[in-house]
Amino acid sequence: MTEARATVGALSRETLARRLAGDGIAVRTGPFVTRLRLPLDELAASLRLLYADFPVDSSGFADFDVTARRLGRGKIEFLIDGERRFAPVARGIALPMLEWAINWCLYTFSHQYLLIHAAVVERKGRALVMTGRPGAGKSTLCAALVGRGWRLFSDEFAVISPDDGRLWPIARPIALKNDSIERIRRLVAGAVLGPTSDDTHKGRVAHMRAPAASVRRADEPARAGWIVFPNRADDGVAALAPVPGGRAFFRLADNAFNYHFHGAAGFEAVCRMIDACDCLDLGYADLEDAVAALDRLVDGEAR
Amino acid sequence: MTDPLLAVLARAETLVELDLPAWDALLRRARRTNLVARLDALARDAGVFERLPERVRANLVGARVLAADHRRMIRWEMNRIARALAGLDAPVVLLKGAAYVAAGLPFADGRLVSDVDILVPRERIAEAERALRRHGWEHAKLDPYDQRYYRRWMHELPPLRHGERETVVDVHHTILPPTSRLKPDPAALIAASRPAPVAPFRLLAPADMLLHAAAHLFHDGDLAFALRDLVDLDGMMRAFDRDPAFWPGLIARARRLDLGRPLYYALRHARRLLATPVPAAVVAGAEAFAPPPPLGALMDRLIPAALLPESHARETRGRAAARLLLYTRSHWLRMPPGLLAAHLARKAAMRHAARGA
Repeated sequence: MTEARATVGALSRETLARRLAGDGIAVRTGPFVTRLRLPLDELAASLRLLYADFPVDSSGFADFDVTARRLGRGKIEFLIDGERRFAPVARGIALPMLEWAINWCLYTFSHQYLLIHAAVVERKGRALVMTGRPGAGKSTLCAALVGRGWRLFSDEFAVISPDDGRLWPIARPIALKNDSIERIRRLVAGAVLGPTSDDTHKGRVAHMRAPAASVRRADEPARAGWIVFPNRADDGVAALAPVPGGRAFFRLADNAFNYHFHGAAGFEAVCRMIDACDCLDLGYADLEDAVAALDRLVDGEAR
Repeated sequence: MTDPLLAVLARAETLVELDLPAWDALLRRARRTNLVARLDALARDAGVFERLPERVRANLVGARVLAADHRRMIRWEMNRIARALAGLDAPVVLLKGAAYVAAGLPFADGRLVSDVDILVPRERIAEAERALRRHGWEHAKLDPYDQRYYRRWMHELPPLRHGERETVVDVHHTILPPTSRLKPDPAALIAASRPAPVAPFRLLAPADMLLHAAAHLFHDGDLAFALRDLVDLDGMMRAFDRDPAFWPGLIARARRLDLGRPLYYALRHARRLLATPVPAAVVAGAEAFAPPPPLGALMDRLIPAALLPESHARETRGRAAARLLLYTRSHWLRMPPGLLAAHLARKAAMRHAARGA
């Protein structure tokens, strides 16, 4: 059965706002459907901008259920499954809080997947998984690679089927922080960024919309080809250096949300993934230089 | 009208009849009551899991993986506690979730367990506390009032949290506060206990395990996971049904332990809400423990209202009121009025001070 592709962007501004303030709207992002009830005009506008290409799900079943509620005094709160789970926040950071609440649902409920804190992009049918300490630049690199035509999976989650090792896209907006916002604006021609929120616990945050092509293919999984550990330095030419499998294993497990929940199956899934990948440290100072190095890596592989 | 969550808990084979919107409502409510992994286990036991919609199965598997991790973690905690208490030379009885896991009871499949509760003889509790503290467990930072409150009036030590693993062990010397109206004799519980499959721990006898869970739910005021606790009671009655000594001895045991009234409520509400099979003779025998009619009618309304998470976002006034009434009642039952008044006044003053701070 094929039905006309109903997307968030296909709804009129009024219809979207009315549904967000009423029974909600269910948005499909790869394997996950999130029902959103957001009775706030600015969130409706942000959703219309950042989620325009995503399908609206009409099955009646949502994996995650997120409700925003106004509390007065400029505060709002988010409910999950109708239940209070987080402290109220200032309305000015509603959008980053919404994104964070959806992420929270993912790593709180979705243990059918092995979830690693990583940015994932795909080219030529193979996924590139980037993980590392916060501040290592994975979201920025992810946005820059997407700007160069790589397919976006996620800037936050490697979503892995533990039984067969396939990675699943989510293609939700990329969260850019502080200086990265301007760097991506300069580097990626045509990048669509949502409003900037100041004063989040990570500083300034703005979200970059996923390319329509990535969103359209958000039901196409891929296998990992490269695991890269980015490391930003003050100077030096971008350089890739092999990482021994054992060390890569511990870094991946360390960055997993739920590695230990999966017991032996998780161990085997990570081992298989490492066996199938080139594992590399990426030292870099300049973003464009790093992007070029990763492009060359994939082109070299194809030859 | 039957509540949809209760309907599937009572008859898991009906899970196949739910369409996606019905599953959506069910998933929300099951998450709020920590019962998603239990639904998964029930669906598998009923042989219907493979017939459920794919997206529903994915969510059930997610909850299953988490519950399996809880069981793994609890087994490891039991191993560590056993090491810490190796020199104690006193019976250590597992209670609640850890006991259900150790006993391998069917309803422990899919039950979330975060803490380990143990019962030791009162005269050995200080020794047990010292041993655990030597092995890395620490008292959470309680203010001196709370510390004194626990030690003077409660049936357990203040929670002990492990410094590295952050897991909690609650050490009890009896199953209800010593000030409580009901006075089950902990020595009788320990005397009837039996070796657990996980050495060196012991388990309460089946009747005592049920009576403890009933006292915890209907007398002790912990309504946070009330429906989950009722599911435990249902699971115990179904599992112990196979033990020929269980039903015939239950009424006498409840009388002996002074837990007749909680047993009455457990039987009544498990039967009403979860269709738990109970022999007619036991139902009749428990009538002796029934509350006087006006109170019985009130509790018949309050208990289901407090147990059932309602289906929409906000808690209704009625349900909140039922919970508050039962909370106050549970305090009333666990302390003499003078002590209760002093405690609630103190707690209210501290909340007030915390808000001002």
